[in-house]
Amino acid sequence: MTIARFWRETPQRYNLGGSRCSSCGSAFFPPRAVCPTCPEHRRSLGKMEPLQLSGEGEVYSFTVVHDPAEGFEMQVPYVLALVKTPEGPILTGQVVDVLPAEVHVGLRVQATFRKLREEGKSGVIHYGYKFAVAREEGREPVAPEGESVPEPRREGPRPART
Amino acid sequence: MSEEPVGIVSYGAYVPRYRIAPAEIGAVWGADGEAMGKGLGVFRKSVPAPDEDTITISTEALRQALARGRISPQSIGALYVGSESHPYAVKPTATVVAQAVGATPYLTAADFEFACKAGTAAIQTCMGLVKSRMITYGVAIGSDTSQGAPGDALEYSASAGGAAFIIGRERLLAEINATESFTTDTPDFWRREGQRYPSHGGRFTGEPAFFRHVGECGRRMMERMEMTPKDYRHVVFHQPNGKFPQRIGKTLGFTDEQMRYGLVTPYLGNTYSGAALLGLANVLDHADPGDRVLVVGYGSGAGSDAFDLTVSDRIHQFDRQGPRIQEFLDGGTPLNYALYAKFRGKIHLGGS
Repeated sequence: MTIARFWRETPQRYNLGGSRCSSCGSAFFPPRAVCPTCPEHRRSLGKMEPLQLSGEGEVYSFTVVHDPAEGFEMQVPYVLALVKTPEGPILTGQVVDVLPAEVHVGLRVQATFRKLREEGKSGVIHYGYKFAVAREEGREPVAPEGESVPEPRREGPRPART
Repeated sequence: MSEEPVGIVSYGAYVPRYRIAPAEIGAVWGADGEAMGKGLGVFRKSVPAPDEDTITISTEALRQALARGRISPQSIGALYVGSESHPYAVKPTATVVAQAVGATPYLTAADFEFACKAGTAAIQTCMGLVKSRMITYGVAIGSDTSQGAPGDALEYSASAGGAAFIIGRERLLAEINATESFTTDTPDFWRREGQRYPSHGGRFTGEPAFFRHVGECGRRMMERMEMTPKDYRHVVFHQPNGKFPQRIGKTLGFTDEQMRYGLVTPYLGNTYSGAALLGLANVLDHADPGDRVLVVGYGSGAGSDAFDLTVSDRIHQFDRQGPRIQEFLDGGTPLNYALYAKFRGKIHLGGS
């Protein structure tokens, strides 16, 4: 069942394709066929335009998930955030490659392409957007909790023994 | 040489954020990991997050290449992904990548596999299609999330990463003057259908495999182009570890300075199909107009592809938005072995 549903949603999940009402200018993600904010909904019919989100945004609010959904056991604890985009819509998505303690409201993030879930060992693999900390944040390498491995010193290549 | 140029129009790369050091791996298996790492010339290797695979790495690399080159994804006529860790045995990596960058539906796409040289084979295919004017732009990606069996020597080096090259006729960053290949049936490294980890011939992976193929192919390329090692500013070899490429470089007559930017494995590990291409990407990050570059890839099984390139004047105007290779070499979040084992799915959770 989920194959058809995910496949239909590919433009949104892969490429952040939303829509904008040409009457009132409101932006939506996922895309809508009718504008819910226009006083006369019917007037927006056929006037919704495709809107490509840039993938940029900042954390509007977030939660840390310790009791994972099926398939997310390996990623606990993970951060699920509401991300406010410059285009307007607020997206829900996981923030990856980050410690929960590093995440705060206002953190700048950028959409990244990741594996969302697998339908068991033999089923289809679903892909889509998640969010990673934006490069502008200038993040230093951070060791996970309990980490004891120091970052190896940068050394020049050793001359080969022949 | 060619009557019409063909070459690299843009390039992008992606390496997962996590790193593990050989000492951390060795400590688990009762081995001197630090000595192992020094012997291999690998100081750390990249580790993909649990939600990363060849498809996600390829997509990130190609998105960067398209943005940097300001190329419309709809103008891509062919897209090939070379990898030995395609997430599906049957169902192309290339279709997901093409859809994810907005290149569908009017293009041809396929997955390539030739151990570590599937990415260079994809470049050669794109060169042919571009040169024959069948397409305007071809995309060649080399990307992997390879695994070594726990405790095996490969575990100290097998890592994850990839690079995407857009091949075209105009606005070239570097012209590919010629390509050369050297191919034989040599069983030095393989993975049978359904097997989780690859097998290898130990020391057999050296002389009759890597050194013979890379050496012969590199020499032949230089002979054909009437070039000598000193005529090249940069050289890139396939780099299963830090040691093999340095040894073959010395044998062929190249200096450490010529190999400086092309050697990235010491800080990323062996990214397999991505290895030589990430080395080339790092060279292009540092190259100047007029630089001659020699690239010799290698794939077990076995074969080598060589490329002779000349960097163009456009390289200085090229907008390298997004991370440069140096950021991947310097950055990263260190992992301990327990987290690494969890991330790589080496922990059995029970159930089906």
